[in-house]
Amino acid sequence: MSSEKPKKDQLANSVGIVSPQTMHFSEPLTLANGRILESYDIVYETYGTLNKAKDNGVLICHALSGHHHAAGLHSEDDKRPGWWDHYIGPGKPIDTNRFFVVCLNNLGGCHGSTGPASINPKTNEVWGSDFPMLRVRDWVESQKRLGDALEISQWAAVVGGSLGGMQAMRWSIEYPDKLRNCVVIASAMKLTAQNIAFNETARQAITADPAFNQGDYLVQDTLPKQGLSVARMIGHITYLSDDGMGQKFGRELRSGSFEQGIDEPLEFEIESYLRYQGSAFSKSFDANTYILMTRALDYFDLAREYGDDAVAAFKHATCDFFVVSFTSDWRFSPQRSHEIVNALTHAKKSVTYTEIESSFGHDAFLIPIQRYQRAFSAYMQRITISEEGDH
Amino acid sequence: MRIDLDKIQSYIAPNSHVLDLGCGNGELLLHLKERKNVTGIGLENDEDHILECIKNGVNVIEHDLNKGLSHIDNDSYDVVIMTLALQAMDRPDLVLEEMLRIGKQCIVTFPNFAHWKARWHLLTRGRMPVSDLLPYEWYDTPNIHFCTLKDFEVLCKDRNIRILDGDVVSEKGASKTLAALHKNLFGETAVYHLTRSV
Repeated sequence: MSSEKPKKDQLANSVGIVSPQTMHFSEPLTLANGRILESYDIVYETYGTLNKAKDNGVLICHALSGHHHAAGLHSEDDKRPGWWDHYIGPGKPIDTNRFFVVCLNNLGGCHGSTGPASINPKTNEVWGSDFPMLRVRDWVESQKRLGDALEISQWAAVVGGSLGGMQAMRWSIEYPDKLRNCVVIASAMKLTAQNIAFNETARQAITADPAFNQGDYLVQDTLPKQGLSVARMIGHITYLSDDGMGQKFGRELRSGSFEQGIDEPLEFEIESYLRYQGSAFSKSFDANTYILMTRALDYFDLAREYGDDAVAAFKHATCDFFVVSFTSDWRFSPQRSHEIVNALTHAKKSVTYTEIESSFGHDAFLIPIQRYQRAFSAYMQRITISEEGDH
Repeated sequence: MRIDLDKIQSYIAPNSHVLDLGCGNGELLLHLKERKNVTGIGLENDEDHILECIKNGVNVIEHDLNKGLSHIDNDSYDVVIMTLALQAMDRPDLVLEEMLRIGKQCIVTFPNFAHWKARWHLLTRGRMPVSDLLPYEWYDTPNIHFCTLKDFEVLCKDRNIRILDGDVVSEKGASKTLAALHKNLFGETAVYHLTRSV
């Protein structure tokens, strides 16, 4: 048996052992594409305590492959904490001593909320290819309903990185009076052609897998693991930087040798790493969800319905904004954040922007980086919440 | 408290929308918010200053001023301020023009290189002045474009920039009295309030 000590360390500054909850929604949700989701489940976790004024809620919007388990452990034997444990917990930037943190698995996801792998109540069969395509605004709408059900009067902050940042920005203009702060990390108001191209290549890898069966692989009892694995490998490359990858893997060999006269297969460390990442992901993630999430990314365009004028779009917002980017992030480059900041300043919104030096590429937003942690903490600490009266 | 705050404040109308270029820890913007109810944003490049701004509740945007201000629209601000940084810019003349493009008015402050101490230093030692205020050697100084009050006013004339007011601020009482007599000789820090010529 493992000793007591490492677990204690892991639980220090942690929200501790947490369990997901499920909320059922029976009020139909009309989606951006016109289709209607009659009923659905949303799985979520909460950390910290909602205060009496119900104004200390922080909503965490997850990125492409994220889910509701953002912090803490599910059991003492859990090997890894939630995906944003470095940033959520007592004394951490999103301080659970002050805030009541809510993180959900978005609709269309594959970690418990209603998605393509769920049973369609109308047919009693797996949704599969028939699951409706979703847009960022559909997620915001469902998050709004979750917030209402949890009786959050106004979010102290809606926070998201990457695709999560898009949700946070959409919140700020769709429900301006429902949030006081919008935290947008390593995100963009819309994807570039190059960015869409990566997503499409990943989707093609999935759909070209014979086991994909036009999206109905679960009914056919097959799994497009190969395709999903390649899709993840493509994504993973773009989440790292050239420098970062070079520092971590270089041209190190996992097996084989370059020696003259030896003919055995070579494997670079980076190949092995990507294969492992792809393979692990393909066993734990749903291919249709991957397609749905990347499509939502591609379709998102904050200003489309405001005459392609981001300033006009942000004029609807009333909250304060905190925008962060990372120098080596080329998938959601600092330039994209500059565009957000420029639109916000031209709309005369209150905005703070910082550009963090890092070689971790897009993944930087998940990784503990001292300057990022300090700036994030400082911003979150200045958010005012009602003091808890006597109990 | 900084000696230039009162002077700057006197040039700013209440409720103005202000941009502070090189805002440091946000002291000036905080001061103006309290006294003049301004809304404002600071641009800053130093990470410690940025952190202090965030802690002080000042809206700060990380930006290297030498990369220009072309991303900011014409007439975006009522007042654009640059304190003690003009002399460190690659092209102070272009910065001034940009400031007047994005702001209706602008305020700049800079160390006066014609101050008697600087003149005395050069005259007696034959070397570039080094003082408490400007402690750098010529080869490592960030202050690459020193000028005097006269130089600055010539530039404004050449570029058709209207000087609404120009003054100097000094630390001590005696130098204040002297500065009133001869600004270019006894003024340590110049403060100019500018606008575009019509």
